[in-house]
Amino acid sequence: MKRFGIIAKRIGTALLVLVGVSMLIFAVARVIPGDPARVALGPNATAEAVASLRAALRLDEPIVVQYWHYMVDLARGDLGVSLYTNRPVTTDIAEFLPATLELIVLAGVMMVAIGLPLGIIAARHRGRWPDHLVRVVSLLGVSAPSFVWAVVLMLIFAFWLQWFPIASRLDDDFDIARVTGFLLIDTVLAGNWAAFVDALRHLILPAFAIALSGIGQAARLTRANMIETYDRPYIEMAQAYGFSPGRIARVWAFKPSLIPSLTIIGLDFAAMLGSAFLVESVFGWPGISRYGVQVILRKDLNAIVGTVLIIAALFIIVNIIVDLLTAVLNPRIRLAEAGR
Amino acid sequence: MTRAWRILSANPLTLAGVVLVALVVLVALLADLLAPFPTHRGAVVDFVNFNKPPDATFWMGTDLVGRDLFSRILFAYRISLMLGVVVLAIAVPVGVVLGLMAGYLGGWWEFALMRLTDVFLSVPPLVLAMSIMGVLEPTLTNGMLAVTAMWWPWYTRLVYNIVRGEKVEGYVLAAEVIGAGSAHIMFREILPNCLPAIVTKMTLDFGFVILIVSSLSFLGLGVQPPTPDLGSMVAEGARYLPDSWWLAVFPGLAILIAVFGFNLIGDGLRDILGADR
Repeated sequence: MKRFGIIAKRIGTALLVLVGVSMLIFAVARVIPGDPARVALGPNATAEAVASLRAALRLDEPIVVQYWHYMVDLARGDLGVSLYTNRPVTTDIAEFLPATLELIVLAGVMMVAIGLPLGIIAARHRGRWPDHLVRVVSLLGVSAPSFVWAVVLMLIFAFWLQWFPIASRLDDDFDIARVTGFLLIDTVLAGNWAAFVDALRHLILPAFAIALSGIGQAARLTRANMIETYDRPYIEMAQAYGFSPGRIARVWAFKPSLIPSLTIIGLDFAAMLGSAFLVESVFGWPGISRYGVQVILRKDLNAIVGTVLIIAALFIIVNIIVDLLTAVLNPRIRLAEAGR
Repeated sequence: MTRAWRILSANPLTLAGVVLVALVVLVALLADLLAPFPTHRGAVVDFVNFNKPPDATFWMGTDLVGRDLFSRILFAYRISLMLGVVVLAIAVPVGVVLGLMAGYLGGWWEFALMRLTDVFLSVPPLVLAMSIMGVLEPTLTNGMLAVTAMWWPWYTRLVYNIVRGEKVEGYVLAAEVIGAGSAHIMFREILPNCLPAIVTKMTLDFGFVILIVSSLSFLGLGVQPPTPDLGSMVAEGARYLPDSWWLAVFPGLAILIAVFGFNLIGDGLRDILGADR
């Protein structure tokens, strides 16, 4: 019962923050210099056409009224119509979001699967060359923006070595029915293994470019936490009992170190969504980020607000999940929360 | 001085960072003297030497209108560093003061300020800066504005967390007992204890500001041509892969070198100052 209360409180705060985000982004989007209706219709449109579009977008009303109408529509699941695609913003988001999520989920998997082991190796060989090597590699990973890694990876592995395809999500030869929008799932549903492998090969380079900075951070953090855990008495006791260093690392040192790492993974999700904006444009990936850049360049009000809101909501949801997972994993956090 | 040297020589990676950063700052300051073709920073066209791979004259090749890439990178460093200085010079004081207030004054201040930072931190940094740049004219000043607007909350949160721990310490209680005012306690008592963490974060952030600014211009939302900028140079070069690989690779490497230098220093500082614990 207590835990339910905590969850409810956490979700309540999140909703409050989300309303704040909507106000922030709405305010930002409406201070546009120049007339968005004119931009949308082009220089040749008549004054009447521009005026009627302004009326349809409620641009002539005070911003508070505009915001109120927007929120009422939002409550009904209506984000307005995009001036760029002429379709409901929700339709656009439903079409482009899965491609980005697929990319980021794979990047997250890479981050954990590569970053954590690197951190463990560094901690076990603290102060010796594997530690320094991991330090340099992880700092290099965070030191270049993802678009530079995207360009470098593409040049080496797609153009020169030709191990991976260059752009898009799937070869044109495959015709896969769209069910979930996640190609790795849709190809399996269609029972087309060749297409599944092809989709995976398209995913690897852009996902790795997004994951690189996260891999570095995950490795650094795991190392720091493991080293802290190694100083604990129970590790000393395990060592005194003569358990092998490998077993001590896996069984007693790793688990407590996992919890802080989990938190950082949640935070890195935000960084990855940002990186996706850059990497998608290098690889021509038809995701929400590329859509976002397009609508921002075209000053497409509804689409800008809708896209940013969805991204913020995603970020908040992931962090709630991470918070709850940490609470389940760590009894002390659980108790501390309940005691408040 | 000797103490600083002793610490640095015990941390070769940090020393390497200092050298890298010193090098970058130096070439940015002396770009006019060092660049083989100083005029190529602007809108110059040389159709005899366009799109040339690296050679003895053009160390990093030339771009599509024949400008020397090496010269342009030196001048681009100048812009990146300047942006880093300006963004942090505004964002850090604002963030730190708000963090001190939220942490020490508590109550209504704490609620309002921390929920506000939550709002800012709930939008991925780049996305927020992009949205602001999208509605403003893409100029250098607006770019600084957009990046500054998304940067201060990190310092507010950092300082807030430290202050919450510090304000129950004995020295703060002692100051309160002898009747020191809130301003005195925040700025003269607590702030000095936050400095190691702030300085470490600033060093790391200097690199990250360069990253974000180059990302914005990579998307066409930052510094506009003909002003040389590392991000837009990579963006232009990425369109001509793989044949004109030097167009994207060298500016990309230039970003990597500068940011790597700042990260090495920041990482070393974190160990030396023990800012984490």
